[in-house]
Amino acid sequence: MNRIDRTFARLREQGRKALIPFVTAGFPSVETTQALLPALVRAGADLIELGIPFSDPMADGPTIQRASERALAQGMTLARVLELVRDFRRTDADTPVVLMGYANPIEAMGEARFVQAAREAGVDGVLTVDYPPQEAEPFAARLREAGLHPIFLLAPTSRPERADEVARLGGGYVYYVSLTGVTGAGSLDVASVLARIPGLRERTGLPIAVGFGIRDAQTAAEIGAVADAVVIGSRLLEILEGASDADEACRRVEAFLRPIRRALDEKVTR
Amino acid sequence: MDYHYPDARGHFGPYGGVYVAETLVPALEALAQAYEEAKRDASFRAEFEDELKHYVGRPSPIYHAKRWSETLGGAQIYLKREDLNHTGAHKINNCIGQALLARRMGKPRVIAETGAGQHGVATATVAARYGMRCVVYMGEEDVRRQAANVYRMKLLGAEVVPVSSGSRTLKDALNEAMRDWVTNVHDTFYILGTVAGPHPYPEMVRDFQSVIGKECLWQMPELIGRQPDYVIACVGGGSNAIGIFYPYLEHESVRLIGVEAAGEGIETGRHAATLVAGRPGVLHGNRTYLLQDEHGQIRETHSISAGLDYPGVGPEHALLKDLGRAEYVAVTDDEALAAFHSLCRYEGIIPALESSHALAYAAKLAPSLPRETVLLVNLSGRGDKDMHTVAERSGIRW
Repeated sequence: MNRIDRTFARLREQGRKALIPFVTAGFPSVETTQALLPALVRAGADLIELGIPFSDPMADGPTIQRASERALAQGMTLARVLELVRDFRRTDADTPVVLMGYANPIEAMGEARFVQAAREAGVDGVLTVDYPPQEAEPFAARLREAGLHPIFLLAPTSRPERADEVARLGGGYVYYVSLTGVTGAGSLDVASVLARIPGLRERTGLPIAVGFGIRDAQTAAEIGAVADAVVIGSRLLEILEGASDADEACRRVEAFLRPIRRALDEKVTR
Repeated sequence: MDYHYPDARGHFGPYGGVYVAETLVPALEALAQAYEEAKRDASFRAEFEDELKHYVGRPSPIYHAKRWSETLGGAQIYLKREDLNHTGAHKINNCIGQALLARRMGKPRVIAETGAGQHGVATATVAARYGMRCVVYMGEEDVRRQAANVYRMKLLGAEVVPVSSGSRTLKDALNEAMRDWVTNVHDTFYILGTVAGPHPYPEMVRDFQSVIGKECLWQMPELIGRQPDYVIACVGGGSNAIGIFYPYLEHESVRLIGVEAAGEGIETGRHAATLVAGRPGVLHGNRTYLLQDEHGQIRETHSISAGLDYPGVGPEHALLKDLGRAEYVAVTDDEALAAFHSLCRYEGIIPALESSHALAYAAKLAPSLPRETVLLVNLSGRGDKDMHTVAERSGIRW
């Protein structure tokens, strides 16, 4: 069984919601990411989304753009992202890792080679931002054959039938984009997000994770009351931006995530 | 030639498609549907043609560059004078079409990306013409290189937003325009300036620009009693080239040549010759040839001409290259500049640096061909905007 399925099954049993931090691999440095992955788990992460940096992150706001540029300037590559996962797996056999990024670095490595390398490194799912379902069929099939989940986005503007496509091709969970904008944008309408979730869950048969624009414990708890998982990315990278070394980065991130974990667990009851 | 592209899902063989985040999919579906309806609506087509005639000044003439051809001593060079259009380039053809579509879809705000500034100026122009709000994204580096066009856009009432991410050129402006669109999709129409991007843009922009080639199809027989032997156009994203190539695809005896920017030379790595030196990948919503490193990161490009300084190319050009129906070559900054000066001095026409690439290849080719051979070059824009770049390059203070 894929680690993602196992994690959501366990949380469902416990009546808890998943906390999913997103960090860009190699930001602010490779060493920091290396130290950060276990720190995220200590701070209460149930699943980690690890960003593959790309030169042209069209769907991302300024924070993730800057993080990607900096990671690339340090020589980050897809092969090294996979090394980071392999390192992490030496000490953590349970926490699922989902790679999130754009199609071109994956295609440059070769889809088949990438899928095999990702499986061997201990990756559990792959979210390719610019592969919507209609362009993703062969890639999604390859991932599923290797036991990895293809993870898809759905947006407030998506027609209902899009959820059927995601149900047909995807697995693991659905990443519901909470606003019509880029990552890290400001204006999140919690009520309208919550209204969409039950329908999406029913239509896809998958857990629903909500991301794009969740910046604090209160919003996380409100979303977590209905969704199965909350994703926090841009705010986390902002916190990392000023850290002087890996230790400080870990301390900052743990201090930021712990209250969110608590809020998520308190507000949410069985 | 049996040629029916793109397919219903926007694919040109293995290229094209809709490679975007889910947030943009509904907007692109709505756009594709609106375009399908508009294209079948006789009143939409009639208004488009009327605007091209009375506002743009079409048809644009074809001019026999006799003195220059004599000097080169070979084939005869004819110029399709898109530089004589209102706003000074072919870009306006597409902007009129998309602005009419925006109005039809009830979108009061238009946005655009621009490299050389020609597409930005054309978008600002149509926005003023139809009373729409207009925001143009332009790389910081291009804002510097094309100061006159920046001022022109502002005069026309557009807001120009300098983009400081990535390489600060056209590709980054396109990223930023997409980000604006995804955020403001309820009231905003994205007027994309080239035949790249996700479906339906490559098809839609091609259709609007095809007026160039359609005119040539009746103008050339009027002038010389037959079609030309070669059609030559510069290729950045490739909209002027598709515009003149597309109606000629079925005329198989006409050779189609796209000219890319070799910058300081292909071997130096400082160029923008995507089809000549790139390999397929996914960027800006479509699969096409790209200039990228071994890890799939998009490379910074170089060209003296801001309008060709782009690491991708329209997916239809990628297909035409693979099919062998069009050939793609590259000329350097220096060669383009030499052609620029020649056209100024022999014909009294100041060409855009983009178009100078097509001229440079024609100048290379002409001497090796008989005098009866006819080369039709798409003179896609005028060079007034490039005064600063050319003067700087020639060491002249201006």
